[in-house]
Amino acid sequence: MIEIQNLHKSYQMGSNSLHVLKGIDFSVKEGELVSIMGSSGSGKSTLLNILGMLDEADEGSYDLDGVLIKNLNEKIAAQYRNKFLGFIFQSFNLINYKNALDNVSMPLYYQGVKRSERTDKAMHYLEKVGLAQWAHHLPSELSGGQKQRVAIARALASDPKVLLADEPTGALDTKTSYEVMELIQGINDEGKTILVVTHEPDIAEMTKRIVNLKDGRIIDDTLVNQVKASTHV
Amino acid sequence: MFDIERWQEIFETLGKNKLQTFLTMVSVFSGVLILIILIGFSNGIQNGVKSQFEQDATNRIFIRTGVTTKEYKGLNSGRYIQMHNSDFEGINTKYEDQIEYKTGIYNIWGGQVTYKRENGNYRIEGAHPEQQFIENASMVAGRFINEDDVAESRKIAIIGNQIKQDLFKNEDAVGEMIQVFGINFKVVGVYSDPGGEREETRVFIPLPTAQQVFNGSDRIRSMAYTIKMSDNFDEAVGMSMALAKSFEDDIKTKYSIAPDDRSAVRVNNTLEEARKIYSLIDTIAAVFWFIGIGTIIAGVVGVGNIMLIVVKERTKEIGIRKALGALPSSIIGMILQEAIFITAIAGFSGLFLGVIALNIASPLIDSDFIKFPRVNFATSITIVMIIVIAGALAGYFPARRAANIRPIEALRDE
Repeated sequence: MIEIQNLHKSYQMGSNSLHVLKGIDFSVKEGELVSIMGSSGSGKSTLLNILGMLDEADEGSYDLDGVLIKNLNEKIAAQYRNKFLGFIFQSFNLINYKNALDNVSMPLYYQGVKRSERTDKAMHYLEKVGLAQWAHHLPSELSGGQKQRVAIARALASDPKVLLADEPTGALDTKTSYEVMELIQGINDEGKTILVVTHEPDIAEMTKRIVNLKDGRIIDDTLVNQVKASTHV
Repeated sequence: MFDIERWQEIFETLGKNKLQTFLTMVSVFSGVLILIILIGFSNGIQNGVKSQFEQDATNRIFIRTGVTTKEYKGLNSGRYIQMHNSDFEGINTKYEDQIEYKTGIYNIWGGQVTYKRENGNYRIEGAHPEQQFIENASMVAGRFINEDDVAESRKIAIIGNQIKQDLFKNEDAVGEMIQVFGINFKVVGVYSDPGGEREETRVFIPLPTAQQVFNGSDRIRSMAYTIKMSDNFDEAVGMSMALAKSFEDDIKTKYSIAPDDRSAVRVNNTLEEARKIYSLIDTIAAVFWFIGIGTIIAGVVGVGNIMLIVVKERTKEIGIRKALGALPSSIIGMILQEAIFITAIAGFSGLFLGVIALNIASPLIDSDFIKFPRVNFATSITIVMIIVIAGALAGYFPARRAANIRPIEALRDE
């Protein structure tokens, strides 16, 4: 599904150049649930941004579902993001003046799906994350866990190849974090490929594979025995 | 543009920024309102001045004489220059090709006019038949002076509408006898003049009749001409000025008047006056447009400013949209449409209210110099186009900035 070879990325910081990714080789097969771990400054967010086509690598190749991601202009990047990827953010990033249903329909709107069909689909995903009865509430009326579940429903709505989650539980308490992880595990069990960036070991334990990043290099990549979040709840 | 989703988005975002939206709209609204009212008034002034000129033919040249103020060729100053029929005829023959209408005038200022028991003091004017066209008089009843009246020195009179109302009330005037200084005249016509009351308080009688009755012999007080008009206004003004100068020079030569004596012969050239006033009106109109457009620009810069703030405030949202797959073009379209929408709504309200205000004010304005302050359709269309283009301009730069927002930066957690 994801094939990365010799990825390099540096940022220009004034006169200094900061080498963030120093040659990453990494691949993810379909249906995997991978966590990317590392301390801050390890390059895990940069890696996720490149995977999410929000940023581009200086060197190396990135292949997503057989499509070489290179030299994207804004337009193509937007189309690819819409088609291939679903994003889940630490701070949810819901549009605060739109209700849950409209937030979930947003990617479908940019796909050009008709309104009635869009509403049906969005409702379906809201049901999936257990928030059907909250469909017409604004984000401000939802709890943190509920917001993140709306965000997950939104990420799923366009039926992407890969879900990219950047610290999805970073802003949540432990109990809610486990509930969200349970949902993510459930989605993965249905066959969706998911990448989770986290720095919490207990969250990483709930994925199937842990990739450890340090100073821009992968120092460890191991398959783990998945801890089902449901056992904690 | 006609995407219903887009409109819903716009209303949602506008609803979110109510105060900003409102203030921006007020600035555009007042700009357009001011422009409309200024243009309306400049049109009103134009109409008013035009109607001032309508009281007489615009291409009129009027010649009268007075007292010399300079010695010349051994002649004293203080001579009264008296024109005669021969002067009038001389000019008629010499400039026949350029003259359209002509009349000699012998007038009495306050002539007592009586009909039965009613009487009043009016100006009595001996004139030729063509005076009708020079004065822009139109007949309400009967006829004007004709050639036979002049040839036979008939004692007939054409009275102004105001005199008719003063003396005859509701009776028919044509065919009745009036007395001027006790001498009987038969009323053969009633005229009206676009100049209004002041111009309608005159009695016209044939020139020879006036000369006989009022001991005028062959003297005339003044002469009035209109010149043949060229289609080109500037050319006509040039011709008219040249002709007026020739008339003046001829009379000055004949009566040995110093060429720089301004009091002995006075030539009044309406066309030249008209040109001055029209160019003044054009200047006023230009200034009004300038002020109005300036106000609109101020409003539009306001819209641009607000849109920049909106874009800045919505940076995160736009980042989210882009992460979800919004194309740059759809972001540009969204901001642009919002700007045009705000400008257009505010602009149209201003246009609408301005037109209504002018329509209400129009009948209330009682001035000779402002008449029917209105804005015509073509001007309205122009203003509408200015508004829409201005809205697009106001939205363009903020929209481009929005499209350049990088989602990675917009979504960075603080």
